Amino acid sequence: MTDLGMGHYGLYVWSSLAIFAVVLLIDTLVPLARRRRHLRDLHARLARQQNRRRPGTASNHESHP
Amino acid sequence: MANWVPLWLHRLGSPPVFYRFAGAVRPWALGLAIALGAVALYGGLFVAPADYQQGDAYRIIFIHVPSAWMSLFIYGAMALAAFIGLVWRIKLAETVAMASAPIGAAFTLITLATGSLWGKPMWGTWWTWDARLTSELVLLFIYLGIIGLHHAFEDRRQGARAASFLVLIGAVNVPIVHFSVNWWNTLHQGATVRLLGPSHIDASMIWPLLTMMAATKCYYVSSLFARVRADLVVAEGGKGWVRDLALDDAKDAPA
Repeated sequence: MTDLGMGHYGLYVWSSLAIFAVVLLIDTLVPLARRRRHLRDLHARLARQQNRRRPGTASNHESHP
Repeated sequence: MANWVPLWLHRLGSPPVFYRFAGAVRPWALGLAIALGAVALYGGLFVAPADYQQGDAYRIIFIHVPSAWMSLFIYGAMALAAFIGLVWRIKLAETVAMASAPIGAAFTLITLATGSLWGKPMWGTWWTWDARLTSELVLLFIYLGIIGLHHAFEDRRQGARAASFLVLIGAVNVPIVHFSVNWWNTLHQGATVRLLGPSHIDASMIWPLLTMMAATKCYYVSSLFARVRADLVVAEGGKGWVRDLALDDAKDAPA
């Protein structure tokens, strides 16, 4: 069984593992956040449109002169 | 042979069908990637014996080599999807090609960084303008160029088509990376694992390597599907099925 110090090469071996983990973690999280953010923005837009269409409902967001 | 395979593939070309399919497959692929990766790392870092020349420093191979394989494999998959997208104008193929580029770039970056970390103790330098290292760096620049070109257009479809041409032109670098150690006298070692012919690695070391290769393939499927799902939501934002998704997503979100 290997020791955690990796025979004086621990810095190189564990740094490699850390780079691997961090890069893939970022790669995993970015598209998930992007999809969620877009769906949230789309939902907000749809809600605004619905409010505008509803008669007698004042919209605070898009009150152009 | 039953007709359901081409029919199923044809159905899968529809964005809402692919979105649901990718959503169902992605967690399993990610789970399998994590499980296989954990087994491979345990085998490679703790079970496999130290190398007689390089000692424990060689254990970087279990991260570096599968990442290098993936950097080329993903380029091949991306080139195939780009070709299909350009010839048959299948929108989903263009999306798959463009979604592959950041994943390929991530693996190429890992390859270069871990190679540098391996090179310092073994060669005495972080970097050398060796044919393998240089061609892998060129591969990273090609990936970044594809991503940049895709995003340079306001019309994403047009951007994807322009970037697909760059993918096909850049494919010439893939055999250069692979055969560079045979074509030139390089500091980088030759192929350790061969598909045809005997591999220059002991059986106790090869199983973690092959397991990590399987893990990275599963990871690619997972990451690709996550990216394609995000891209489909952005590209099809005006369609009814994405509007329904947005409304469902709001219902599911915590208050």
